[in-house]
This record gives sequence, structure tokens and C-alpha cells, in this order.
Amino acid sequence: MSNETLTVPTVAEMVGRGEVPEVLFWVGCAGSFDDRAKKITKAIVKILNKADVKFAVLGTEEACTGDPAKRSGNEFLFQMQAMMNIQVLNGYEIKKIVTGCPHCFNTLKNEYPELGGNYEVVHHTQLIQDLINKGKLTVADGANFKGKKITFHDPCYLGRANDVYEAPRSLLEKLDAELAEMRRCKTNGFCCGAGGAQMFKEAEKGNKEVNIERTEEALELKPDIIATGCPFCNTMMTDGVKNAEKEDETKVLDIAELIATAADL
Amino acid sequence: MGIGSIIFILCFAGAALFFAKNVSKIRRNILLGKDVDRNDNSSERWKTMARVALGQSKMVVRPVPGILHILVYVGFVIINAEVLEIILDGITGTHRMFSGLGSLYFWLINAFEFLAVLVMVSCAIFLVRRNIVHIKRFFNPEMKGWPTSDANIILITEIALMIAFLTMNAADSVLMNTDVAALQEAHLGKYAIGFEGYFSFSQFLIPLLPDDLSTLMGIERGMWWFHILGILAFLNYLPYSKHFHILLAFPNTYFSNLKPKGQFTNMEAVTNEVKLMFDPEADPYAAPAPEEGDAVPQSFGAKDVTDLTWKQLMDAYSCTECGRCTSNCPANQTGKLLSPRKIMMDTRDRLEEVGKNIDKHGKDHDDGKSLLNDYITSEELWACTSCNACVQACPVNIDPLSIIMEMRRYLVMEQSAAPNELNVMFTNIENNGAPWQFAQADRLNWKNE
Repeated sequence: MSNETLTVPTVAEMVGRGEVPEVLFWVGCAGSFDDRAKKITKAIVKILNKADVKFAVLGTEEACTGDPAKRSGNEFLFQMQAMMNIQVLNGYEIKKIVTGCPHCFNTLKNEYPELGGNYEVVHHTQLIQDLINKGKLTVADGANFKGKKITFHDPCYLGRANDVYEAPRSLLEKLDAELAEMRRCKTNGFCCGAGGAQMFKEAEKGNKEVNIERTEEALELKPDIIATGCPFCNTMMTDGVKNAEKEDETKVLDIAELIATAADL
Repeated sequence: MGIGSIIFILCFAGAALFFAKNVSKIRRNILLGKDVDRNDNSSERWKTMARVALGQSKMVVRPVPGILHILVYVGFVIINAEVLEIILDGITGTHRMFSGLGSLYFWLINAFEFLAVLVMVSCAIFLVRRNIVHIKRFFNPEMKGWPTSDANIILITEIALMIAFLTMNAADSVLMNTDVAALQEAHLGKYAIGFEGYFSFSQFLIPLLPDDLSTLMGIERGMWWFHILGILAFLNYLPYSKHFHILLAFPNTYFSNLKPKGQFTNMEAVTNEVKLMFDPEADPYAAPAPEEGDAVPQSFGAKDVTDLTWKQLMDAYSCTECGRCTSNCPANQTGKLLSPRKIMMDTRDRLEEVGKNIDKHGKDHDDGKSLLNDYITSEELWACTSCNACVQACPVNIDPLSIIMEMRRYLVMEQSAAPNELNVMFTNIENNGAPWQFAQADRLNWKNE
């Protein structure tokens, strides 16, 4: 996929031109720095470009929402990050934010208001669903997925934490694929093992890694694709698939990547 | 007033007083917790209580135990309507005071008997699940000893109470159907209330009963007393048992967290500090403004039960140790030490200990122990992925995650005792605005890669 067509304005540039973005794309740390997650970021940008969404990113003005600090119990650091980000966001009079990460989504949506940051916050699957519903994006090549089996892994911070179960599934239904649910799905979904700042530390002593347990469950379905909506889940499931030596049979892809492919982007 | 009535009234009053005393102790213990406002949005709260506690919506997520539990719960509540008659009979010395209701009464008792049979069968299945099938979640380390006995005592007591109820009805129906002259002759005129017919289920026990009228009377009275004294004893067992959930399930669901599960509490004390740091006008050397009405120095997070909120403490008393949280916990299911049920059991055990200290030594006694370390280790706390599976699974909306988070806050902000990798992550966020060691200036590089 070529990047030449990517249009990624920063808010600063846009404001400099006397414009305001309709929606701010909050890329997140993983989306900015993690090699695998950057591909998801680009898929989201392609979709936004294709649908002519007047969006912008903060670029170097964006900083960690503070989620991993808060989940670890470091409320000081969390609030420092939150206050800095809120100053920037309020300074640009941002009204609506789309995130590529359920952790950023949860923090911005639920934990920033009490600190003075009030925005309409959506996860990228919700925004894409909205674009399709409004006819701004068409998924013409869903047939690419004919005969493929896809299972969706619910990110905890999208599902249980915020009760978003329908948007990602409605997008997968647009693909001409077979959808299979894992035994533990939706409210019963099983964590990938990365939440609560576990992403940044070794797991406690046990008899198995959480991501191995979860990937085994997904692989029982013999899926062609494990779909995710979170860069951290993506890392954990990808590692799990590698561990099972199934990377040739099963790909781990974000829903944004699947939709970008199906929309021929 | 007969001697029976006097004994009954004394037993009843004694049981009620003892129960009230223990409940008020639990109430006092819960109120040792910090204040939190859970009185907003009362219509949503009533709905949550109706759905989750009354309607048992989260129990049936697991259909087999869910439906069996509903049978026991409905049976327990409805059969207790019969207790009203028992109490009135006990006080006034009458026999089946409500039998004047005629066919309705007959219908009611038959319905009670039907439910009693269902309760017995359900409790028997529960005993089999716990003691023969060995369902895994009943055998975690925290279930050793008293928690397992507690569960069996409850189930056996419920079966015994139902057997007493049915046996009483069987003996009574034989007596009530005996002709008046024979009853008078045996000095049992009390049973001649003109009642005809046998009850649907207890009739099958009649062949097991003796024919002698006064022995029958002995059985009927014995079972009547066993049933009511058993209920009073069971009532007073509740405050010592996990079974207290039958009462606290209702307030505990009413005071549920109504916010999205992903929203963790905001620490206002921290907000004030951070705001000061952001305020260019603030004098960094100024003495802190005196906190209103709060003489105790503020500490961050929770080291002991008194650092938790009253709702978190109510959660602990509401837990019936079913273990659905633990069997859904990704950390526990992959062999880590963390068990959300143990978090709740430890919180209750420690709170009981703090309560006993207050009874013995007065309000400000320090026993040198705390929930952290003496009950819950940091290894348990750091194993949590904050996935909310335990919160979702709890049939009475207990929130173990919020306690884990409060204790993490204490470890990090009071003791700087985070695992080293997390300290590295903190430093990265502070210095580069990202949890990894990447420069903030490189944040948009992906665009051109």
C-alpha cells in the first residue's frame, strides 16, 4: 500500500489556515510509535481521507493520555498528562475526537470531563460505522473476504468498560465473510492480558500467559483472521499466534485494516 | 396466655434483639468507610435493584445454577409468608389462624409445599455440585475451611427447614381430618378446625407417620417449633455468614456504580495539587490551605479497610463467595495469585477484625495490622489487568477492581512500590509523553514512513 496519497494535517496547520477540524484523530502512543500499530493508524487515515472527513491530528502536541499511569495507581502522573492534554485540546476548541485505541477512548471519554475536558469521543469502529451508514464510505470489495472465517476479540476497554459491542461487529458484517464468536465474547470476553498497564511489565508468576490462553481460544475456531480494535490486543494476539506457530494460517488484523482493504484503499 | 405463647414470645423477641444488635454492628463497620455519594439518580438505582437483585438478571448468565438459585430464592421468600401465620399462632395460641380463608388457604399451602419441594431439590443439587461434582471455583485456596463449611451449613439447614415444614403439614393434616369426637377424647380439640383434605406433597409422608394421635401431635408440635426456631436461628446465623447476601443484595445493587465500568474514580486531592502546579499565579512556598473539617492528614489510596469507601465495605459484606468473579478473572485463570473473591473475603475478614478491636479496645486502637500485606499481597494486586470481568460477573454488582486500584494507588503514591518496569514507564511518560522511550518530536514520523 502506498503512502503517497495520505493527507494528515495537524491541528496547528489547519488553525493556521483559519480552519477547524470536524474531528480530531487521537493517534495514541502505540499508533504513533509501534511499528505494527502504525499500519492501523494509516488504515484509519486512508478511511478518513476516502470519506472526506475534515480531520486533523495533534502530531507532536499529542502526549500519552495517562491511561497506563492511572491503571497502575499513579494518579499524579495521570492528572499531569490529562491537564496538559486538556489545555491543548481546549486551546484548539476541539469538540469531537476519534481514537485508534480503546484505552485512549475510555480515558478521554470518561476521565477527562472531571478535569475540564469535555468532548464527544468515539472509537474508530464507531466513526467508520457512522461513515458507512451515512453513505460516505462504501465497502464494495467485501467479496475479497468470501470464504474467510473471522473472529472478533472484544477489547476490554471498548466492550465491558464502555458497552461498545455492536459497532465492530456491524463492520465485520459488511465483509462477505463467516463470523465466528469465541466461547467467551462480548460481556464475557476474555482479556488479552495487556490492560491495567500489564503491557509494560512482566506478568506475575502463573502457569500460563493470558494472551496464550486467549489466542488458543481464538485458534480453536480455526479462523483466517482474528480481528481486533486495539493496538495492544493486536500485539498480544499476534504474539499468541506466533507462539502457536499459526502465523501462516491466521492473521491478526484491526477492523480498520479490514475495512480499508474492503474499500480498496 | 398459655406457657407456649410466653416461650414463643420470649424466643422471638430474643432472636429479633440479637439480630438487630449484630446488624447494627455491621452497619457501624460499613460506615467506617469513607464517604461516597451514591444517592443520585434514584430512578435508575431502583431499576438496577429491581433488575439485578429482585430479577436476578446476572444469575442466569450461568443457567443451571442461575435457575436453581431462583427456585431457592422464590421459595424462600414465598414460604416465609407462612411464617406470618406461624408467628400469629405462636403469640395467640391459635391453630392455623388463616385457615378461615378456605379454599384459598388450601391452595396457598399447596403452593408452599410445591416450592418447599423445589427448594429441597435445588439445595440437594447445590450440595452435590459442591461436594461430589467438585465444581472448580468452589475449591480455590481461599475456600479452605470455614467458607466451605459455611456453604454446606446453609444448604443443609434449608433442607432441614423444608423437611420440618412438610412433616408438620403431614402430621397436622392427619390430625385435622380425624373426627372431632376422637380428637376431643385425646384432648386435642385444638386440631378440630373443620379442615378437610390433604396437602399435595406432604400427603406422601403420611404413610411414614404413626397412627397414635398424641404421638402425631408430638410430631406436629415438634416440627412446628423446629421450623420457627430454626428460622430464628438461621436469621441470627446470617450476620456471621456469607449468607448475609440475601439481605445486602438489595441495598448493594441500589448503590451500584452507574458510571461506565472503564471510568475510574478521580482523586480530587490530586486534582487540587495538579491545578496549583499549572497555576502561574500560585505561590509554591505558600502554606497549604487548611482542609475543611478534615483534621486527619490525607493519604493516597488504601492501605487498610478504613481507607476504602462505605460502598466498598458494603460490597465485602454482600459477597456470598460464589466465585464467578474469580472464574472469569484472566489472571486467576492463568494461575496467578490474584482472586477477586479473595479480595472481597479479605476485606470483610479485616473489617470484622477492625470491628472487634473497636468493641474490645475502643475507637482508636491500632493493632499494627492492615489489609495490605497482612491480608492482600502486592503480588496479587499487580496481577490485575483491570479488565472488569470480575465486576461484570458479580450477580450483586460488587466491584473488586475498585479495591485493587485503591491499593495500587497506595503502593505507588505512598510507598513508591511499583514494579520497576512500571517506574520506567512512568519516567518515559514524564519525559517523552509516551510510555516508551521515543521522543515526542518523532510522534508524527509515521506519516512519512
